[in-house]
Amino acid sequence: MVPESYYVTLSAVLFTIGVVGVVIRRNPLVIFMSIELMLNAANLALVAFGQRYGNLDGQAVVFFVMAVAAAEVAVGLAIIVTIFRLRRRLSVDDLSLMRW
Amino acid sequence: MAYAAFLVLAVLAIGSAVGLILRKNAIHGALFLVVNLGSIAALYLMLGAEFLAAAQVLVYAGAIMVLFVFAIMVLIPGKEEIGPDPRRGARLLAVPVGALLLLLLVFGVVARWSGPPVPGGPSGSVAAVGRLLFTSYLFPFELTSVLLLAAMVGVLLLARRRA
Repeated sequence: MVPESYYVTLSAVLFTIGVVGVVIRRNPLVIFMSIELMLNAANLALVAFGQRYGNLDGQAVVFFVMAVAAAEVAVGLAIIVTIFRLRRRLSVDDLSLMRW
Repeated sequence: MAYAAFLVLAVLAIGSAVGLILRKNAIHGALFLVVNLGSIAALYLMLGAEFLAAAQVLVYAGAIMVLFVFAIMVLIPGKEEIGPDPRRGARLLAVPVGALLLLLLVFGVVARWSGPPVPGGPSGSVAAVGRLLFTSYLFPFELTSVLLLAAMVGVLLLARRRA
Protein backbone atom coordinates (compact mmCIF):
# COMPACT_ATOMS: atom_id res chain seq x y z
CA MET A 1 0.00 0.00 0.00
CA VAL A 2 1.37 3.38 -1.01
CA PRO A 3 2.05 5.73 1.94
CA GLU A 4 -0.18 8.79 2.06
CA SER A 5 2.82 11.13 2.06
CA TYR A 6 3.46 10.14 -1.57
CA TYR A 7 0.02 11.43 -2.50
CA VAL A 8 0.62 14.66 -0.61
CA THR A 9 3.95 15.13 -2.39
CA LEU A 10 2.27 14.62 -5.75
CA SER A 11 -0.38 17.11 -4.69
CA ALA A 12 2.32 19.68 -3.81
CA VAL A 13 3.95 19.21 -7.23
CA LEU A 14 0.64 19.65 -9.06
CA PHE A 15 -0.23 22.72 -7.00
CA THR A 16 3.12 24.31 -7.85
CA ILE A 17 2.65 23.61 -11.56
CA GLY A 18 -0.74 25.31 -11.30
CA VAL A 19 0.75 28.39 -9.62
CA VAL A 20 3.46 28.67 -12.29
CA GLY A 21 0.81 28.29 -15.00
CA VAL A 22 -1.29 31.12 -13.56
CA VAL A 23 1.73 33.43 -13.59
CA ILE A 24 3.36 32.63 -16.93
CA ARG A 25 0.33 32.42 -19.21
CA ARG A 26 -1.52 35.32 -20.81
CA ASN A 27 -4.63 33.54 -22.00
CA PRO A 28 -7.33 33.82 -19.30
CA LEU A 29 -8.78 30.43 -20.26
CA VAL A 30 -5.46 28.69 -19.61
CA ILE A 31 -5.13 30.62 -16.36
CA PHE A 32 -8.56 29.34 -15.39
CA MET A 33 -7.55 25.77 -16.20
CA SER A 34 -4.44 26.18 -14.05
CA ILE A 35 -6.70 27.24 -11.18
CA GLU A 36 -8.68 24.02 -11.67
CA LEU A 37 -5.37 22.18 -11.47
CA MET A 38 -4.65 23.79 -8.11
CA LEU A 39 -8.13 22.94 -6.81
CA ASN A 40 -7.60 19.33 -7.80
CA ALA A 41 -4.22 19.20 -6.10
CA ALA A 42 -5.83 20.47 -2.90
CA ASN A 43 -8.60 17.88 -3.25
CA LEU A 44 -6.05 15.10 -3.59
CA ALA A 45 -4.29 16.27 -0.43
CA LEU A 46 -7.63 16.39 1.43
CA VAL A 47 -8.48 12.82 0.48
CA ALA A 48 -5.00 11.65 1.47
CA PHE A 49 -5.21 13.41 4.87
CA GLY A 50 -8.66 11.95 5.46
CA GLN A 51 -7.35 8.48 4.68
CA ARG A 52 -4.52 8.97 7.13
CA TYR A 53 -6.73 10.09 9.99
CA GLY A 54 -9.34 7.47 9.28
CA ASN A 55 -12.44 9.59 8.80
CA LEU A 56 -14.58 10.64 5.88
CA ASP A 57 -14.79 14.37 6.58
CA GLY A 58 -12.04 15.10 4.06
CA GLN A 59 -14.07 13.43 1.34
CA ALA A 60 -17.17 15.44 2.26
CA VAL A 61 -15.14 18.66 1.96
CA VAL A 62 -13.87 17.54 -1.46
CA PHE A 63 -17.47 17.09 -2.55
CA PHE A 64 -18.24 20.70 -1.60
CA VAL A 65 -15.08 21.92 -3.32
CA MET A 66 -16.28 20.24 -6.51
CA ALA A 67 -19.68 21.93 -6.28
CA VAL A 68 -18.09 25.34 -5.67
CA ALA A 69 -15.66 24.77 -8.54
CA ALA A 70 -18.55 24.03 -10.89
CA ALA A 71 -20.27 27.28 -9.92
CA GLU A 72 -16.99 29.19 -10.17
CA VAL A 73 -16.25 27.87 -13.67
CA ALA A 74 -19.71 28.79 -14.93
CA VAL A 75 -19.52 32.36 -13.61
CA GLY A 76 -15.87 32.84 -14.59
CA LEU A 77 -16.36 31.67 -18.16
CA ALA A 78 -19.40 33.92 -18.50
CA ILE A 79 -17.28 36.89 -17.37
CA ILE A 80 -14.53 35.98 -19.86
CA VAL A 81 -17.06 35.68 -22.70
CA THR A 82 -18.57 39.05 -21.79
CA ILE A 83 -15.15 40.72 -21.72
CA PHE A 84 -14.26 39.17 -25.06
CA ARG A 85 -17.49 40.49 -26.52
CA LEU A 86 -16.65 44.00 -25.37
CA ARG A 87 -12.98 44.06 -26.37
CA ARG A 88 -12.49 41.45 -29.09
CA ARG A 89 -9.16 40.59 -27.51
CA LEU A 90 -8.25 38.04 -24.93
CA SER A 91 -5.13 38.83 -22.98
CA VAL A 92 -4.96 39.41 -19.27
CA ASP A 93 -2.56 42.31 -19.77
CA ASP A 94 -5.39 44.38 -21.26
CA LEU A 95 -7.76 43.67 -18.42
CA SER A 96 -7.51 46.44 -15.92
CA LEU A 97 -11.15 47.54 -16.09
CA MET A 98 -12.01 45.86 -12.80
CA ARG A 99 -9.11 47.54 -11.05
CA TRP A 100 -9.93 50.61 -9.06
CA MET B 1 2.06 -3.49 -7.74
CA ALA B 2 0.38 -0.56 -6.02
CA TYR B 3 3.63 1.38 -6.24
CA ALA B 4 3.85 0.75 -9.97
CA ALA B 5 0.28 1.94 -10.49
CA PHE B 6 0.94 5.03 -8.38
CA LEU B 7 4.11 5.79 -10.35
CA VAL B 8 2.34 5.52 -13.71
CA LEU B 9 -0.55 7.72 -12.54
CA ALA B 10 1.78 10.28 -10.98
CA VAL B 11 3.85 10.55 -14.17
CA LEU B 12 0.64 10.92 -16.19
CA ALA B 13 -0.70 13.62 -13.87
CA ILE B 14 2.52 15.65 -13.74
CA GLY B 15 3.22 15.28 -17.46
CA SER B 16 -0.25 16.42 -18.45
CA ALA B 17 -0.08 19.34 -15.99
CA VAL B 18 3.20 20.49 -17.52
CA GLY B 19 1.70 20.08 -20.98
CA LEU B 20 -1.27 22.22 -19.94
CA ILE B 21 0.87 25.18 -18.94
CA LEU B 22 3.38 24.91 -21.81
CA ARG B 23 1.26 24.33 -24.91
CA LYS B 24 0.33 27.50 -26.77
CA ASN B 25 -2.95 26.15 -28.05
CA ALA B 26 -5.69 26.34 -25.42
CA ILE B 27 -7.60 23.36 -26.82
CA HIS B 28 -4.53 21.15 -26.36
CA GLY B 29 -4.34 22.47 -22.82
CA ALA B 30 -7.96 21.46 -22.24
CA LEU B 31 -7.26 17.92 -23.48
CA PHE B 32 -4.22 17.70 -21.22
CA LEU B 33 -6.40 18.80 -18.32
CA VAL B 34 -8.84 15.96 -19.08
CA VAL B 35 -5.95 13.48 -18.84
CA ASN B 36 -4.87 15.07 -15.57
CA LEU B 37 -8.38 14.91 -14.06
CA GLY B 38 -8.73 11.29 -15.15
CA SER B 39 -5.49 10.24 -13.51
CA ILE B 40 -6.52 12.03 -10.31
CA ALA B 41 -9.80 10.10 -10.42
CA ALA B 42 -7.78 6.87 -10.60
CA LEU B 43 -5.70 8.04 -7.64
CA TYR B 44 -8.94 8.60 -5.68
CA LEU B 45 -9.82 4.97 -6.43
CA MET B 46 -6.44 3.87 -5.09
CA LEU B 47 -7.14 5.85 -1.91
CA GLY B 48 -10.46 4.09 -1.50
CA ALA B 49 -12.59 7.12 -2.38
CA GLU B 50 -14.93 5.45 -4.85
CA PHE B 51 -17.67 8.05 -4.69
CA LEU B 52 -15.23 10.89 -5.32
CA ALA B 53 -13.66 9.07 -8.26
CA ALA B 54 -17.07 8.79 -9.90
CA ALA B 55 -17.93 12.39 -9.04
CA GLN B 56 -14.60 13.56 -10.41
CA VAL B 57 -15.25 11.92 -13.77
CA LEU B 58 -18.84 13.16 -13.91
CA VAL B 59 -18.40 16.71 -12.66
CA TYR B 60 -14.87 17.65 -13.69
CA ALA B 61 -14.01 15.55 -16.72
CA GLY B 62 -17.62 15.70 -17.87
CA ALA B 63 -19.42 18.92 -17.08
CA ILE B 64 -16.63 21.39 -16.36
CA MET B 65 -14.42 20.34 -19.26
CA VAL B 66 -17.34 20.53 -21.69
CA LEU B 67 -17.84 24.11 -20.54
CA PHE B 68 -14.15 24.86 -21.06
CA VAL B 69 -13.98 23.33 -24.52
CA PHE B 70 -17.17 25.14 -25.48
CA ALA B 71 -15.79 28.48 -24.29
CA ILE B 72 -12.50 27.90 -26.14
CA MET B 73 -14.36 27.08 -29.36
CA VAL B 74 -16.55 30.18 -29.04
CA LEU B 75 -13.84 32.61 -28.02
CA ILE B 76 -10.63 31.99 -29.82
CA PRO B 77 -10.67 33.11 -33.41
CA GLY B 78 -7.10 32.03 -34.07
CA LYS B 79 -3.88 31.84 -32.15
CA GLU B 80 -3.85 33.49 -28.79
CA GLU B 81 -0.79 34.96 -27.13
CA ILE B 82 0.73 35.89 -30.46
CA GLY B 83 3.48 38.46 -30.53
CA PRO B 84 6.33 39.02 -28.13
CA ASP B 85 5.60 39.13 -24.44
CA PRO B 86 6.33 42.63 -23.11
CA ARG B 87 6.71 41.30 -19.58
CA ARG B 88 8.70 38.17 -20.32
CA GLY B 89 11.32 38.83 -17.66
CA ALA B 90 8.75 39.28 -14.92
CA ARG B 91 6.89 36.14 -16.00
CA LEU B 92 10.01 33.99 -16.06
CA LEU B 93 10.50 34.84 -12.39
CA ALA B 94 7.63 32.41 -11.81
CA VAL B 95 9.98 29.45 -12.27
CA PRO B 96 12.34 30.16 -9.33
CA VAL B 97 9.43 31.33 -7.19
CA GLY B 98 7.57 28.12 -8.04
CA ALA B 99 10.60 26.05 -7.09
CA LEU B 100 10.73 27.90 -3.77
CA LEU B 101 7.04 27.23 -3.17
CA LEU B 102 7.54 23.54 -3.91
CA LEU B 103 10.43 23.33 -1.45
CA LEU B 104 8.33 25.07 1.17
CA LEU B 105 5.39 22.72 0.64
CA VAL B 106 7.51 19.58 0.65
CA PHE B 107 9.58 20.48 3.69
CA GLY B 108 6.87 22.32 5.58
CA VAL B 109 3.99 19.92 5.10
CA VAL B 110 5.06 16.59 3.70
CA ALA B 111 8.28 16.02 5.63
CA ARG B 112 6.59 16.45 9.03
CA TRP B 113 3.90 14.12 8.07
CA SER B 114 5.54 11.03 6.70
CA GLY B 115 5.14 7.61 8.20
CA PRO B 116 3.92 4.17 7.37
CA PRO B 117 0.47 3.93 5.81
CA VAL B 118 -2.39 3.21 8.15
CA PRO B 119 -4.15 0.04 7.07
CA GLY B 120 -7.89 -0.05 6.91
CA GLY B 121 -8.77 3.57 6.29
CA PRO B 122 -12.40 4.64 5.91
CA SER B 123 -14.43 3.30 3.04
CA GLY B 124 -15.37 6.03 0.61
CA SER B 125 -18.29 4.12 -0.81
CA VAL B 126 -21.39 5.92 -2.02
CA ALA B 127 -23.36 4.68 0.98
CA ALA B 128 -20.81 5.92 3.54
CA VAL B 129 -20.24 9.33 1.96
CA GLY B 130 -23.96 9.77 1.30
CA ARG B 131 -24.80 9.03 4.93
CA LEU B 132 -22.24 11.59 6.06
CA LEU B 133 -23.48 14.24 3.60
CA PHE B 134 -27.08 13.83 4.69
CA THR B 135 -26.41 13.83 8.42
CA SER B 136 -23.45 15.90 9.64
CA TYR B 137 -23.15 17.97 6.48
CA LEU B 138 -26.83 18.40 5.71
CA PHE B 139 -26.89 22.18 6.06
CA PRO B 140 -23.82 22.86 3.86
CA PHE B 141 -25.23 20.38 1.38
CA GLU B 142 -28.45 22.36 1.13
CA LEU B 143 -26.50 25.61 0.89
CA THR B 144 -24.68 24.13 -2.11
CA SER B 145 -27.93 24.01 -4.01
CA VAL B 146 -28.53 27.70 -3.27
CA LEU B 147 -25.01 28.45 -4.49
CA LEU B 148 -25.54 26.59 -7.75
CA LEU B 149 -28.85 28.33 -8.30
CA ALA B 150 -27.23 31.73 -7.68
CA ALA B 151 -24.44 30.87 -10.12
CA MET B 152 -26.97 29.87 -12.76
CA VAL B 153 -28.94 33.10 -12.37
CA GLY B 154 -25.73 35.14 -12.43
CA VAL B 155 -24.53 33.47 -15.62
CA LEU B 156 -27.86 34.10 -17.31
CA LEU B 157 -27.60 37.75 -16.37
CA LEU B 158 -24.01 38.02 -17.65
CA ALA B 159 -24.67 36.16 -20.88
CA ARG B 160 -27.72 38.19 -21.84
CA ARG B 161 -27.01 40.46 -24.78
CA ARG B 162 -27.24 44.11 -23.97
CA ALA B 163 -30.30 45.54 -25.62
